[in-house]
Amino acid sequence: MAYQNIFTQVQLRGELEAGVPLGPNNDTRFGPFGTSWLMGKLGGAQLGPVYLGKLGLASLLSGFIAIEIMGLNMAASVNWDPIQFVRQFFWLALEPPAAKYGFTFDVPLAEGGWWIAAGGFLTASILLWWARTYVRAKELGMGTHVAWAFASAIWLYLVLGFIRPMMMGSWAEAVPFGIFPHLDWTAAFSIRYGNLFYNPFHALSIAFLYGSTLLFAMHGATILAVGRYGGEREIEQITDRGTASERAALFWRWTMGWNATMESIHRWAWWFAVLTTLTGGIGILLTGTVVDNWFLWAVDHGFAREYPATGVVDPATLPGAPQ
Amino acid sequence: MKTLNKLVAIALPALLLAGCELGSKEQEQVGPRGTALVLISDPDSKAKVGEVPAPPYELTAEMIAGDKASTAYENVQVLGNVSVDEFNYLMQAMTTWIAPDGSNIKDAGCTYCHNPENMASDEKYTKVVARKMLQMTQNINANWKPHFAGQGVGQEHAGVTCWTCHRGNPVPVNNWSTAVPDPGTITGNKRGGNTPAQTVAYASLNSDPFTDYLAGKDNIRVGGKEFPTAASKAAIQSTEKTYGLMMHMSQGLGVNCTFCHNSNNFAKWEDSRPQRVNAWYGIRMVRDTNNNYITALGDVWPANGKGAYGNRRGPHGDPLKVNCATCHQGVNKPLGGYKMLKDYPALKGAAPVAAPAPVVAAAPAPAETAAAAEAVKPAA
Repeated sequence: MAYQNIFTQVQLRGELEAGVPLGPNNDTRFGPFGTSWLMGKLGGAQLGPVYLGKLGLASLLSGFIAIEIMGLNMAASVNWDPIQFVRQFFWLALEPPAAKYGFTFDVPLAEGGWWIAAGGFLTASILLWWARTYVRAKELGMGTHVAWAFASAIWLYLVLGFIRPMMMGSWAEAVPFGIFPHLDWTAAFSIRYGNLFYNPFHALSIAFLYGSTLLFAMHGATILAVGRYGGEREIEQITDRGTASERAALFWRWTMGWNATMESIHRWAWWFAVLTTLTGGIGILLTGTVVDNWFLWAVDHGFAREYPATGVVDPATLPGAPQ
Repeated sequence: MKTLNKLVAIALPALLLAGCELGSKEQEQVGPRGTALVLISDPDSKAKVGEVPAPPYELTAEMIAGDKASTAYENVQVLGNVSVDEFNYLMQAMTTWIAPDGSNIKDAGCTYCHNPENMASDEKYTKVVARKMLQMTQNINANWKPHFAGQGVGQEHAGVTCWTCHRGNPVPVNNWSTAVPDPGTITGNKRGGNTPAQTVAYASLNSDPFTDYLAGKDNIRVGGKEFPTAASKAAIQSTEKTYGLMMHMSQGLGVNCTFCHNSNNFAKWEDSRPQRVNAWYGIRMVRDTNNNYITALGDVWPANGKGAYGNRRGPHGDPLKVNCATCHQGVNKPLGGYKMLKDYPALKGAAPVAAPAPVVAAAPAPAETAAAAEAVKPAA
């Protein structure tokens, strides 16, 4: 029988695999629970074992509290009406404190204190989950690449919600919780600071973001295309380059003159993904703290073009103008 | 199963496109290439330009030159210098504009404002309001010309009449009043927005950008200079409020952002289109109108539930006021720019009254002007 790829996968059924034995100072695992035909269509058919542990439990608990604070505040804003909660859900928000409170923790709950609390619990949850990815990787004798990639995303999150508001001295600079509200915040943020598209770190972040999707598509397509030669067994192909790897490499040399290797393509992908949020966070952090108007900065630094003025004069500067 | 799949395949894309405006769009390039300075409009969803009712009859020069209304009628406080003929002509037009005969408006016709037994009496509050509105109209026409100026400098401006806003309604259809204030708790508190509100094009932005900007004189400008200064304190939350006002203006005039702004840097005047200057004067005109004419009427406006003709105040007790949509009604030039005022010379008003008109002071020395411009810029 020809080798099966993801679309014609043979799902293995047999004794459930519990994995390597745990060392000392570990909590117990749950499972394995069994197999799922549906999950097997998407990935491995076996569910579990799950290692929750103290970090995982604390993370889930913090996350639950954070979501609960957001949800209950939103529900309160529609007078606890479940129908309106659903109908207006995309508009509802839990907003950070107003600018008059500056950057203190002494904010009444109803005036943004709940936002600080929700943000605190959400941050705790995320950091605990980060620690979990680190500790679990160590336990399995793996590298900690996942944890550090996650840390890059956490950096952007912390810049948006904590570090930049702290440097600006105002919680009001932070992002509200809510679907449309956080999108409106994004648009307002760009307009307030003279158009974020002229922020070179924002530009880098976009380049890495789009680059990530491009690399993902190129790599995914390449491996699927050589699946008929066992190409998705990438790890074996790294150490023992087979015909799948040879053909994949040759394809890219033919089409673009050069190829990544079975090993390096994953470093490319990892760095592109990590740099997306890393550069993005730098760009956000510089906004308002170092540069107040990115368009004017970009023109001043030869990064954007100045167009011919339209001859319009700010009427407020005219003598005797109404105020 | 196959039929079901087909149905899903047809229905799903249709549902995903349900919010789109299909059909070809009209585009007009209004700035250099590559700057997105283009006005895009959907011909199917464009607001219709309102119709203009014909004058009651032809107003001849002899009629205008006739005896003054103050000699024929009592208690004529605003239009006393207008001829009797023109006065009657205008009264007839006002009836058509605000409470037309034959409509289902209560007391439609002259009696909407007048006591038929004694036309001079001010006993009906609507007459007192109408008097103030005449002064308001004259003030707009005489003192807010920069709002109408621009492309057609030197031409006769369209000006406004009662019809521009009222369109046959005692209260113009587009109006606003202050939103119910912050309850101080989280229950029922939308923080002034976070609601699918028509006023801000169904964004989650502050749904009442009017109280602070079109009655109050809060700073609308949020864009900063290149580097932060002590003056660049505008918070994101006030930016969202400005954004809300801009959404109202965009909807109220049926235009894109790029009708006034260059989107590369919304704040910068030097790259903006001249229409932004008209809008700047418009905002101040609306403030003048709201504060010095509508709100200034105070208790003339009956309390809600007490008036003879329905409510004239919002839930918070302030009178119904004007915003951009009150006149514009979805069209960038109200009534398509029709020069209606020329048929009603009495509404033109005299130049500078006491109202805060743009009085041009002695021009300062150029250096001083530049310094003043610099001083203003941090907020710009």
